[in-house]
Amino acid sequence: MGEQNLLDIKNLSVEYKTEDGIVYAVNELNMEIGHKETLGFVGETGAGKTTTAMTIMGLLPTPPGKVTSGEILFDGRDMLKIGDKERRGILGEEISIIFQDPMTSLNPSMKVGDQIVEMIRLHKTISKKDAMEEADRLLEMVGIRRERANDYPHQFSGGMKQRVVIAIALACQPKLIIADEPTTALDVTIQAQVMNLIKGFKEKLGTSMILITHDLGIVAEICDKVAIMYAGQVVEYADVEGIYLNPCHPYTKGLFNSIPKLDTEEEWLEEIHGLPPEPTERIEGCSFSPRCPNCMKICKHKKPGITYIDDRHYVRCFLYENQEVKADE
Amino acid sequence: MSNSNEKLVEVRHLKKYFKVSKGLLHAVDDVSFYINRGETLGLVGESGCGKSTTGRTLIRLLEADGGEVNFHGENILSLDKKQMKKFRENVQMVFQDPYSCLNPRLSVFDLIAEPLTNMEEYRRDKKKLDARVRELMDVAGLSRRLINVYPHELDGGRRQRVGIARALSVNPEFIVLDEPVSALDVCIQAQIINLLKRLQQELNLTYLFISHDLSVVKHISNRIGVMYLGKIVELSDYQTIFASPRHPYTKALLSAIPIPKVGIDRDQIILSGDVPSPVNLPGGCRFAGRCPYVTERCRQEEPKLEHVGGNQFVACHLAEENK
Repeated sequence: MGEQNLLDIKNLSVEYKTEDGIVYAVNELNMEIGHKETLGFVGETGAGKTTTAMTIMGLLPTPPGKVTSGEILFDGRDMLKIGDKERRGILGEEISIIFQDPMTSLNPSMKVGDQIVEMIRLHKTISKKDAMEEADRLLEMVGIRRERANDYPHQFSGGMKQRVVIAIALACQPKLIIADEPTTALDVTIQAQVMNLIKGFKEKLGTSMILITHDLGIVAEICDKVAIMYAGQVVEYADVEGIYLNPCHPYTKGLFNSIPKLDTEEEWLEEIHGLPPEPTERIEGCSFSPRCPNCMKICKHKKPGITYIDDRHYVRCFLYENQEVKADE
Repeated sequence: MSNSNEKLVEVRHLKKYFKVSKGLLHAVDDVSFYINRGETLGLVGESGCGKSTTGRTLIRLLEADGGEVNFHGENILSLDKKQMKKFRENVQMVFQDPYSCLNPRLSVFDLIAEPLTNMEEYRRDKKKLDARVRELMDVAGLSRRLINVYPHELDGGRRQRVGIARALSVNPEFIVLDEPVSALDVCIQAQIINLLKRLQQELNLTYLFISHDLSVVKHISNRIGVMYLGKIVELSDYQTIFASPRHPYTKALLSAIPIPKVGIDRDQIILSGDVPSPVNLPGGCRFAGRCPYVTERCRQEEPKLEHVGGNQFVACHLAEENK
């Protein structure tokens, strides 16, 4: 890897202290995003997707949250070590976030135009008039008539609100956008509109993106790389082709099999039996082993390390570790 | 799937309007369909299209403003209170949100026993009640150790299993499932869908399956009705809906689903605009404002749901051309 990555996460662990004990939300997570790359972050509820995103932004509520190890390098700076002032300079200008719920991420008592202007003027020395002009331009870019800058959020539908949120996120042309389930709250036809919009600006502006989602369909449409998360860990990481054409981890396979298919007939869906582990429980061995159909003896008492399938595809599973040994011999 | 040609449920010209400050909200506007015994009819559409209202009006959780619902050939909209009680033993509902549809102060045992205590035989015989609750927990795949647990201690999938056990408790013939898996993760969703299918086969149940997720609906339904703004715009068996949809809205809906595969090339139909408000609708086709093929006739004259061959029904003036 000669080129420097935009974002490098090394060995990140995050835990929450709760009444029921310590929740191990993220465990030794490694991840990287290059320039102009889109990474899909896939996993079930409680897999640690949002916690990771919040930690990158420095928005992790502490306490109860606590980063116990690791570093997050964004453009060469360690996001965990910089001061609040420096972070505030980065957020919004270099990294911005699109939240899941457009109904709650806008200020209900402020005109949408003003909300965009607020973002622009926070980071740029620019006159109010010019900022307004810029806001109108941004609104048009996301497909909203400029006259509507004077409307309040409640006058917009869900899809339109999400467009406004996107306009705010794009206001300072950030290098990285973190989109946390940006279309989950929307209907399918509106989702298609918003995804189309996101695809368009990504191509136009060359922004890198982390797309957090549980929908493997959306990932296939828009992402370059995919990280599959399970119980706070990336269990498989590859480019889209690698994940979709050659899924390796039993959890990834299970995830694909449990989606009802549109193009094939099947009487029964394949289930992954059982439930994800309680976040407070520390499983000795592989965290997926209690549910894994291919569970072996070793999985129950040893944690699998990273095994490379090829140079851009890795998996945390003993099934492949052995194969690699064989290949070496 | 064992389904006969006996029409268990037949809905004719069902209407449900709500008075709102701006006028009349046409939630369900002249909807007709039937469901055969042992069959699953899927009802899909976006938020606010009236699919849930249809389900609720159908079993009189809401009072209809017109039309009739025949169950075993008897119009249930004209039943009195006492007859309704009998009817409710035959018809049950499973709700979308397993977090809010269970009383948080009742244990799993009480929750499942609650519908049973309406029945004389279980009220008198505590032992019988206890045995029935345990049997239902087994049927719904709930471990018996959870019997004294409260809803907040359960995850979404298990709560939905409690909801299903409750619905099954009175041995219904017909169950309305209102987005039963929408709040669940895919893996849990697969478990619940399989459970519902297995129960249908074992108990010869009839389902009305309401969902916004076409791939889920396709997987579980025999026939599918697509709703838009209070109307059914297309109704057909699931193969036909997916292989040769005729209504432009069905086509757009299908093409909007993200497919979890790489390297597929397809032309997506991206609809412009939002679903218009169902209050004080203008005349003509309700989809006209967003339809890419709209003609002058569509704005003037409302298309009726018409038979276009096989068991496919489409409400579109251009259905003949849009093969």
